[in-house]
Amino acid sequence: MASHTVTFPVTDPQEILKLKAGDEVTVQGHIIGIRDRTQIRIFDEKVEPPMDLKGAFLLHTAPGVRKLESGKYEKVCIGTTTSARMVRFTEPLGRQYGVRAICGKGGFPDEAIAPMHELGMVYFAIVGGAAALETTQIEEIEDVMWEELMPECLWRFRVKDFGPLTVGIDAHGNSLYHDVQTRAQAKLEELFARL
Amino acid sequence: MSIDTVTDLAGVVEDAAAHLYVWALKDIPQDLRDALAAARLRETSVAGKRVLETIHRNVNIADSENNLVCQDTGIAVYTCRVGEHFPLHPTRIYESLRNGTARATLEHPLRSNAVHTITRENTGPNIGYRLPIVHWEFIEDWDGLDVKCIPKGSGSENMSFLKMCIPADGVNGIKRFVLESIVGAGGKPCPPGIVGVGIGGTADYAMYLAKEAITRPVGTRNPDPLVAQLEDELYGLLNETGIGPMGLGGDVTVLQCHIEHADTHMTLNPVAVNYQCWAARRASAHISPTGETDFDREF
Repeated sequence: MASHTVTFPVTDPQEILKLKAGDEVTVQGHIIGIRDRTQIRIFDEKVEPPMDLKGAFLLHTAPGVRKLESGKYEKVCIGTTTSARMVRFTEPLGRQYGVRAICGKGGFPDEAIAPMHELGMVYFAIVGGAAALETTQIEEIEDVMWEELMPECLWRFRVKDFGPLTVGIDAHGNSLYHDVQTRAQAKLEELFARL
Repeated sequence: MSIDTVTDLAGVVEDAAAHLYVWALKDIPQDLRDALAAARLRETSVAGKRVLETIHRNVNIADSENNLVCQDTGIAVYTCRVGEHFPLHPTRIYESLRNGTARATLEHPLRSNAVHTITRENTGPNIGYRLPIVHWEFIEDWDGLDVKCIPKGSGSENMSFLKMCIPADGVNGIKRFVLESIVGAGGKPCPPGIVGVGIGGTADYAMYLAKEAITRPVGTRNPDPLVAQLEDELYGLLNETGIGPMGLGGDVTVLQCHIEHADTHMTLNPVAVNYQCWAARRASAHISPTGETDFDREF
């Protein structure tokens, strides 16, 4: 399994297509924080997002922050939430806005595999709960939109050596989560037979 | 008992709650660190080793940067053991725990997660209607108070499961349900963590017991040998499922399986599963009737 460094936002689709399920990835550049209510506003309430999501890396997060007198936000503790709740937004994020990578914890169910394959997207698995480390890899909170949804706003972070991430679902139809579940279900039958 | 003493004691409990909440979030207990270190040695999959190595780095960075281990400050859950002669009434203990939770949230500051369950609007600094949640136990012939704070993350709490097995399902029905639940949960509850299982009682009490089970130090065994045997067996079986760290596949799916039980109706066989993530945060204090607080005590 290969190791890669990818800088976001990406302009060359090859940057995504070269990644294979199981590969290790470190991310540089800019990433966008997003969560349930942010995506409900975009897709269910049909409000155009005030940030460019083309080629973007989206992180499932609701950061712990401190607001400074200047109006800027300072990081306190930034980590990642469970992705599965937000799987239904995968296809429109890719098709309508050109998002290329979604990063969260715990994985996406199988319904994400086809749109990621078709639209050239990947799912990155981060280590859930490892927020102390993640916070050190976020250099700055550069922008916050939709502050009224705090903490589920749209956040733009500048990152350095963000990771290590594991490619959980690649753009070629492979999903580690699907493979692990398939093997575990077979194993369960074996374990039940032993009871 | 003078009014002043009672007022002071309320302040002591509030201070303890504020300290416990932040302490639990930043400094995970030694038994958990040991269990994570053992998991790191045992894991053989590439992705699983990467996850456990990252967890190790993260815990060390939380120590050195004095930061939270995980950003999810959770829902504040406390367990209280109240001696019958402890001078502060539980209504006042509850008020102090609530005040301490709010104070810690505002002062640190901590992310506030509490929302109204229908409007989803924030209800305050990690407090709200019936928040925080407190489990009570009352101890006869004693004048102390033990408080344990368990900030419970939502990723793992969302992976809670209840089944009203029938008596004919027997113990195998319990084992099957626990195994199916943990395989179904996959990577979502941040494995490898502690699987809390509650068996017996009623539906609500089984889930209460499952929560009790996750608050025990990692690897402790139920005093009933039959239940302890079931803990050992389920622990082994769960780690054969191959779900692995963060559900990416591997040898270590759970750090432990803890079971709490109650006797039940002849027609009932309830089984509840409450998952606790690898960042199984927990901090305790003992408070004497004169207000001395000992933060090193595990109960």
